[in-house]
Amino acid sequence: MIILGIDTSCDDTSASVVVDGRQVLSNVIHTQAELHRPHGGVVPELASREHLKNIRPVVKEALKRANCKITDLDGIAVTIGPGLVGALLVGLYYAKGLAYVHKIPMIAINHLEGHILSIFLEEEFIAFPFVALTVSGGHTSLYRVDNYGGYTLLGQTLDDAAGEAFDKVAKIMGLGYPGGRPIEDIAKTGSPDKIKFPRAYLSKDSLDFSFSGLKTSVAIYLKKWQNGQTDPEVTLADIAASFQEAVLDVLAHKLMLARDKVGASHIVLAGGVACNNRLKTRLAEEAAKRDIRLSFPPPEYCTDNGAMVAVAGYYRLLNGERADMTVDVRSRYPVQDLIPMV
Amino acid sequence: MKNMTIYKTVQSENLVCKSNSFQETFALGQKIGGLLKQGDLIALEGDLGSGKTCFTKGIAIGLGVPRDTIITSPTFSLINEYDGRCPFYHMDVYRLGSLSEFLATGLEDYFYQEGVVCLEWADYWPEILPPWSLKVRLSIIDESSRKLVFSGEHPRSKELLRKIE
Repeated sequence: MIILGIDTSCDDTSASVVVDGRQVLSNVIHTQAELHRPHGGVVPELASREHLKNIRPVVKEALKRANCKITDLDGIAVTIGPGLVGALLVGLYYAKGLAYVHKIPMIAINHLEGHILSIFLEEEFIAFPFVALTVSGGHTSLYRVDNYGGYTLLGQTLDDAAGEAFDKVAKIMGLGYPGGRPIEDIAKTGSPDKIKFPRAYLSKDSLDFSFSGLKTSVAIYLKKWQNGQTDPEVTLADIAASFQEAVLDVLAHKLMLARDKVGASHIVLAGGVACNNRLKTRLAEEAAKRDIRLSFPPPEYCTDNGAMVAVAGYYRLLNGERADMTVDVRSRYPVQDLIPMV
Repeated sequence: MKNMTIYKTVQSENLVCKSNSFQETFALGQKIGGLLKQGDLIALEGDLGSGKTCFTKGIAIGLGVPRDTIITSPTFSLINEYDGRCPFYHMDVYRLGSLSEFLATGLEDYFYQEGVVCLEWADYWPEILPPWSLKVRLSIIDESSRKLVFSGEHPRSKELLRKIE
């Protein structure tokens, strides 16, 4: 079964052709990060306009690289939410046009389900139930996954997303946008235990997250550091490393706590922050201690991409789902609202 | 709240509060949330970490948004909507690059609807604010304490200032 997956939920215009939810024939991502960098964030209006400009060439390129024609497709899967309304509309209406004209089934996809299921691009077999941590600029959530489509939210951020903390701290440190990579890079030469930034574990059993206090702490520390009121030996790399460590400590702790509660033998990472190599190393150590498996998608499927949408589309299409032409975008779209697949 | 100092500055009609903890900032937000009605707009200014989101959480609860609702940062989504006594719109223009981009998002429409708006980073483009906005400037004093300065010239803003006092 050949599925075209389209995602335009935020920065990137992406399209991908995937066979049977596993074999990626093409994965084209037109990233707008460069375009956004001067502002230190994503610019929605600019994003919609860019999506509009890019959607056709990106889909065309995805089909070309996959060496297939539109008529070869068994389905078109498109993200309908959550995300920026203007951006989502571009992808959805383009998909509607293609599906209508070529009489191909269309499947409406939840972006977060795409992230969770993206792991099946890497691993053929994952034992249910597993625990998934989706962590990006807009989300930090822990899910129990009982089957394809059956997700229970175990915990989420109560304020800022982990990726947002990286972006905002990178901005006040003058490291640019997006903040994940530059912080990880500069942190390599710093000492992660130089500064004890606060870790918000909330209550003992809580699986929720909070990164707002950490962000504030770093902002206050940085101001003092710039005014020469801190230990003169502390470098910017130390601040970055100590900040990163504080985020990763909490992510690792909560993910393991969730795993222990669920009793899962497999844990899964997804979302842009899953590209962080130190996070992966830390979790691999924790997983080894518990004799469980850790999986994460390759970096190109961690950030937003069309392939994960095609994967979700594949399972939903197998389940007999079709979206009709009246389907609309949803800026808020909790993954728990999804219908479990039978 | 008991220990919180609220005083009027000599030079202006501004109200100045010192909050000694995030709990106090939250409680002050909650008190103000209790005074708000449809159409009101709270314009928040202040650096990263000055307590804008914390103060907004208080406003939401004061406005009758259920206590178990999770009020998260709208930085990524730009706007989060909640249901209290009336609709509550929590907005954040932090990652918008210019006034024209703000206008293109359509967020301005929410200022003139049947709800209460709380806008973070409202000082980016002061010209977008309706005259009846209540401005709140938050600043960091030290790790735990914050200064909040309330101001507004419109009769509605002045009415709110009197009630807060």
